[in-house]
Amino acid sequence: MAIRAARVLIAKPGLDGHDRGAKIIARALRDAGMEVIYTGLRQTPQMIAEAALQEDVDVVGLSILSGAHMTLVPRIREAMNEAELDDVPIIVGGIIPDDDKAALSEMGVVGVFGPGTSTEMIRDFINKLIAQKDGDD
Amino acid sequence: MTNQVELLVKGSRRALARTLTLIENQHPQAQATLAQLYPHTGKAWILGVTGAPGTGKSSLVNALTKALREQEKTVAIIAVDPTSPFSGGAILGDRIRMQDLSGDKGVFIRSMATRGSLGGVATATRDMVRVLDAAGFDYVIVETVGAGQSEVDIVRTAYTTLVIEAPGLGDDVQAIKAGILEIADILVVNKADRNGADQTVRSLRAMLELGHPASWEQFVSHHGRLMETPTMPSTPSDVTLWIPPVLKTSAIQNEGITELVIQIEKHRQHLTESGTVAQLEARYIEIELYERLQQALMRQVTSQLSESLIQTIINQIRTREIDPQTAVNQLLVQLN
Repeated sequence: MAIRAARVLIAKPGLDGHDRGAKIIARALRDAGMEVIYTGLRQTPQMIAEAALQEDVDVVGLSILSGAHMTLVPRIREAMNEAELDDVPIIVGGIIPDDDKAALSEMGVVGVFGPGTSTEMIRDFINKLIAQKDGDD
Repeated sequence: MTNQVELLVKGSRRALARTLTLIENQHPQAQATLAQLYPHTGKAWILGVTGAPGTGKSSLVNALTKALREQEKTVAIIAVDPTSPFSGGAILGDRIRMQDLSGDKGVFIRSMATRGSLGGVATATRDMVRVLDAAGFDYVIVETVGAGQSEVDIVRTAYTTLVIEAPGLGDDVQAIKAGILEIADILVVNKADRNGADQTVRSLRAMLELGHPASWEQFVSHHGRLMETPTMPSTPSDVTLWIPPVLKTSAIQNEGITELVIQIEKHRQHLTESGTVAQLEARYIEIELYERLQQALMRQVTSQLSESLIQTIINQIRTREIDPQTAVNQLLVQLN
């Protein structure tokens, strides 16, 4: 009898200390039946990659409000790839200008969620990602 | 051996993480994987860490792990947090307190939600511990909120159990209520930098010295040997005693941790030298066998029961046509 639970890492990279958004997302995903590994503030790319590896998460969610996403995201993707986590998707939430979305997508970010996104949208997006993954396995 | 098991035993962290998921999800391959790993287990020293929410368990595990790393011991941590009974989801936040351990290849931290009761939390934890044991860690630490029976069951996979207290959480009567004397090998009063720590230590010591028959019996069955507190009548000299020490620590100030490591090592020596560890392991295996048997029988029985039959019986019981125990007796007769 298999019991599958979606496992999601929610992390805040970089130096901004605004974690309310990350906490709201974490709680919403918990209420959607997911297991949320919440790592807290000021995570380095290596810390995020390491947590993603050890926890064997299905997806990594980054909350960035500092404007440093164009610097942080590629480093995190790189650290994750080095840890052989090429197949683990990254989604980003926070203050992300529309102009940066295409570039982030090229860096391998599968979803960008700015202000005004409902928690249901994020939940559905993650559920779809996981359904795809399980289909591939 | 499957590729993944081979990689795990050779030290691949990705293979280890994936195997843990496989076990946790009770994937169809889980059983075969565990069977392959089992011969590689039995080397790690398993530490249980429990206590009420907010006593600083995660911070203490963080500090303890750092101290063990200084002795070049490798450490795996399973941090168990409860699953919401309403949504089935969980927020696993123990890593927040363990950031110092980041980047250390000699440490592996895995968060685990209790999930449903399906298969039993204790069984799942035991299996996860075995995977980490097979991966070659010197210590496997299981950290859990000590709030109920399932947590006590989880702790009963450990050789050395630390019960964490903090000042100001309740009086000595709370201590008896929670039953902590029965499961603790070492009592730790954490947050000792706060007011009232000495009083908490005093009341815990006082409770230990009471040596009431219940705790006495519990100690006997817990370690398979008679253990007693100083106020008890004298006993034959061949009886091995382990009196749980009460220690003061401040995890965030890294105080009292050296003494804690010393006491853990003493307890380990006590168990190995007196041969009690074999008895303890035998007892754990016995508990596990019955648990697994119970689960297997339950699965076997329920698979034979149709949903409609169950609904009919529920209705019969609800309308007072039959009482619950008679219904079960009749079912068992039918199944045989």
